[in-house]
Amino acid sequence: MTYTQLGIVAVIVMVAVDLWILRTRLVTRRIFWVSYAIIVFFQLITNGMFTGFGIVKYDDAAIIGSSSPVEGPPPFVGDGRLAFAPVEDLLFGFAIVLMSLSLWIFWGRRGVQRTPMAGPPRWRRRG
Amino acid sequence: MPSRLSYVAVLVFVLIGSGWLEIMLRTRVLRRWKRLLLSIAPVVIVFFLWDAYAVAADHWSFDESRILGIFIPPAVPLDEVLFFIVIPLASILTLEAVRSAKGWPADDEESR
Repeated sequence: MTYTQLGIVAVIVMVAVDLWILRTRLVTRRIFWVSYAIIVFFQLITNGMFTGFGIVKYDDAAIIGSSSPVEGPPPFVGDGRLAFAPVEDLLFGFAIVLMSLSLWIFWGRRGVQRTPMAGPPRWRRRG
Repeated sequence: MPSRLSYVAVLVFVLIGSGWLEIMLRTRVLRRWKRLLLSIAPVVIVFFLWDAYAVAADHWSFDESRILGIFIPPAVPLDEVLFFIVIPLASILTLEAVRSAKGWPADDEESR
């Protein structure tokens, strides 16, 4: 399978895990989508560093776009890339984030260190 | 300038970018380390297998002058294994920071 295909499969599998295996239903919750929005912003920055500096390179047989060039950065946007990284990384990233958060909530629901709960922020008074 | 610490430097950036949440938003994730380990371990296993396949199938490759140079068999850079630990941690810190700031439910609360 290509990276594109694997990415799509991974997203479907992790949504199924969240909804029906671990039953955490995070994809139906506001707290998840707001968290993901913050995470994906930083993902674009860090992935941009990995790919823009050529630390990680991709092969065109596996992705929608072209292979990473031998010298210099790939396109910032276009040719199947966003912030230097293949768009497939968004699928990979969504899968790893959803799996992590679903497991975290799953163990909390099972009573594993449900407490101490988060908050309040340091700048806010307690209770 | 190529450095063997380039990859790890990006991970440090992620740790700094998310680590302050534990202090300033009192996310209390690190003190719940058992729950954290149980959450991260399966992610490391699943994504390690994906990475091992992707490296073998030449989906992606690494500039060996910019990674630590330590490989876990079959051929996964140690840097990548650290990535599979750091990213779940940062994600969980972010979720708990949103919970701390907004108080929105995630359905793992005491009285549900």
